[in-house]
Amino acid sequence: MGHPCAVIGVGQTKHDVKRIDVSIAGLVREAAQRALDDAGLGWREIDAVVLGKAPDMFEGVVMPELYLADALGAVGKPMLRVHTAGSVGGSTAIVAASLVQAGVHERVLTVAFEKQSESNAMWALTVHVPFQQAIVAGAGGYFSPLIRAYIRRSGAPEDTGIRVALKDRKNALKNPYSHLVFPDISFEQIANSPMLWDPIRYLETCPSSDGACAMVLTSAGAATRAPHRPAWVRATAMKSEPTMFAGRDQVNPQAGRDCAAELYKKAGITAPRRELDVAEIYVPFSWFEPMWMENLGFAPEGEGWKMTYEGATALGGDMPVNPSGGVLSSNPIGASGMLRFAEAALQVRGMAGEHQVEGARLALGHAYGGGSQFFSMWIVGAEQA
Amino acid sequence: MSEPVTSIKTPIRLEYSYTAGRASTRFLRGMSEGRILGQRCPLCRKVYVPPRGSCPRCGVATQEEVEISGKGTVTTFCIVRIPSENLSVKPPYAAAHILLDGADIPFFALILECPFDQVRMGMRVEAVWAPREEWTASFGNIRHFRPLAEPDAPFDSFKEHL
Amino acid sequence: MREVAVVSFAQAKAKRRELDANEVEILMPVVQEAVARSGIPKREIGFTVSGSCDYVAGQPFAFVSALDAVGAWPPISESHVEMDGAFALYEAWVKLQTGEIDSALVYSFGKSSMGDPAAVLNLQLDPYTLAPLGIDAVSLAALQARLLLDSGRYTEKDMAEVVARSRRSAKSNPNAQLRGDVDPATLLAEPYYASPLRKHDCSPVSDGATALVIAAGDLARKVAKRPAWIRGIDHRIESHDLGLRDLTRSPSTALAAERAGARSGRFDLAELHAPFSHQELILCEALGLADGVKINPSGGALAANALMVAGLTRIGEAARRILDGEAKRALAHATSGPCLQQNLVCVLEGN
Repeated sequence: MGHPCAVIGVGQTKHDVKRIDVSIAGLVREAAQRALDDAGLGWREIDAVVLGKAPDMFEGVVMPELYLADALGAVGKPMLRVHTAGSVGGSTAIVAASLVQAGVHERVLTVAFEKQSESNAMWALTVHVPFQQAIVAGAGGYFSPLIRAYIRRSGAPEDTGIRVALKDRKNALKNPYSHLVFPDISFEQIANSPMLWDPIRYLETCPSSDGACAMVLTSAGAATRAPHRPAWVRATAMKSEPTMFAGRDQVNPQAGRDCAAELYKKAGITAPRRELDVAEIYVPFSWFEPMWMENLGFAPEGEGWKMTYEGATALGGDMPVNPSGGVLSSNPIGASGMLRFAEAALQVRGMAGEHQVEGARLALGHAYGGGSQFFSMWIVGAEQA
Repeated sequence: MSEPVTSIKTPIRLEYSYTAGRASTRFLRGMSEGRILGQRCPLCRKVYVPPRGSCPRCGVATQEEVEISGKGTVTTFCIVRIPSENLSVKPPYAAAHILLDGADIPFFALILECPFDQVRMGMRVEAVWAPREEWTASFGNIRHFRPLAEPDAPFDSFKEHL
Repeated sequence: MREVAVVSFAQAKAKRRELDANEVEILMPVVQEAVARSGIPKREIGFTVSGSCDYVAGQPFAFVSALDAVGAWPPISESHVEMDGAFALYEAWVKLQTGEIDSALVYSFGKSSMGDPAAVLNLQLDPYTLAPLGIDAVSLAALQARLLLDSGRYTEKDMAEVVARSRRSAKSNPNAQLRGDVDPATLLAEPYYASPLRKHDCSPVSDGATALVIAAGDLARKVAKRPAWIRGIDHRIESHDLGLRDLTRSPSTALAAERAGARSGRFDLAELHAPFSHQELILCEALGLADGVKINPSGGALAANALMVAGLTRIGEAARRILDGEAKRALAHATSGPCLQQNLVCVLEGN
């Protein structure tokens, strides 16, 4: 809706457990500079900056947009900082896109990051707030019971998760920015890795990464001068639901289904699995792939696991999912959502290198956060409409 | 010439005073009396425990207090195999969603006094309280849940809470 | 640009310390009132955005539990900025400009009393070179005040007069925290708190919440007799490096004002988010406000300053006076960061 919006630059950092070679400012600048270079633009040509990241406790810096104003060339410009939990990388891109779609700005730089090695993410995620129930099992402990519920509801084979992890870890070998790189990864290696929260094993889990992702979004007019093919934002959607309420379906959340439905409607898509060429979706624990296949309407309820089993979601399949290696391979929490959106853009620009899906023209970027309650999604295409 | 500085450690210490809020206060006082108190939404009539003073679904204040049984059904669970800083319990142990009888949302708690591989969906469990003299206004009064000698609840009876 | 107006506004009474209610309990009636007053059924509101800060709340993901106050079911289109609610309003305004939606609910909440605001705000500073020095927000503001006084453009008496006027105006604001008649001379006799700031030159610590609803064009006209049209809204940020800035001036406010169209035309009133008295002087100068413009009829941040809320409250207070027919054209301002690093300016006008 509104003015057309193009992605003309994408940049990301090498994601790693600890980027001790850069400060927080250095980390975001690495991604931002790459996005600007890709876009053929200088810092001065950017009209506004939209920053996104997860809780400030991950670095111990309150409202880091203030500290980062200089590093991101935002002095004298509008600057916003979005925080929508895990979906933040996606929401940030959507806020940035809306600035262009609203006709408020011509060229917007959007950056999402996390340098969680600087604080203690585990502590931040489970800090015990008085009068509230203590979170005793960590993020994995929160999601594992839901996965068990999915397995019960769908009758999915127990090794479905291992297959997802194998696929994503193999894809990561084709992504030079990946944090986790296992050159000899195998089914057995994953199956034999320690069980953390049954049924999730160590190698079926996302890492904790330092990393940043950036994009340059512009109007159609500014996109004509871009050195490389742009990706066009065809639709965006965001939906939220409460964390907990009676009868809530956390396995196939309504907010996710509604978000996808609105997204497809806006993009004029009626058969998503057929019409989309590739999907970069937020899978922090292997089993989320089959669950999201259903939530996104790619497979009927209870059959998402079949797509994994049949190889449909592999790089050569009919619906490649996470050719970048996904969140399982790199997880700077605040950036992970934007990485999905950015990788989707790279695909339709034909710039995904070794993990390029041949002939990709229409791609989905997806992010979620909180207790599977915040969803942000976009569809980008090689054509403007 | 010394090595360049690449990082610094800056310990941060902040003190906060938290307010339980009205609903939590009622619940925690109930805890100190060995009671589990929930609240019912005036619109959808669902019972929330622990109560939050509002129905997250309807967006209205909840006031009607409902006393909830300490018995319930495991709706889903996971087996935790990695140690946690906060806990003295040694893994592996079962962490479960428990639908207490009379409540409409599951309560998250550990299942102990039971081999972890026997924990299953539909299992009937009951709250294990700390000794009465140790009760305070806190969740911690309920140490964990243990199996009840009752037949499993049928899947249909709790499947909508999955 | 599409015509967008504030059509309703509600706030919680600011309190030094709310011991009874938690954030959700404070926020819920405020949100309900704003929605009810808007005349737009809750389920028809197209977008919801909030502003809050985890470090103020002493827990990560503070905004998530706040969602309970809204009743996000069926699922809603919703977003959040970790900033003052004024910036959430900006995000909502932009969304309406895309044409995707016609109305939005904006809210913010903060219980500054939970922690030590000055210490929390220290963490806004560069974590490698500034924060470890332990400078708290009050000391930084004092540094700025010292520079301002040394510039010769203003005196301590000017600062005292800002405080006296704010407290006096707050008498007619039932939601303000500090109100009353004080004589500047008496204020000047008080000891310094962080020289040259006296305690009263600093905003109080407050717990509060604010909500408002904006709507586009015909919808705004339908539901409000006198919509408070947002004729312009813009925000700009300055360098984080305090040494690079002239702390006695606010170029970002001036630039935002220019872009928001606040340079021309008369204002009946201006609600300025100045957490320290000397900052109001800096802002007025940057805005070039004519004599006769009523500054902070609500009492401003010196009368009540719930972190993350005070900026949105300035916009709400300005809008309310237009909605009530008391004023025709108002300016509202919000700030973020140390020593007025980032500033938002909004021009509101009645029919």
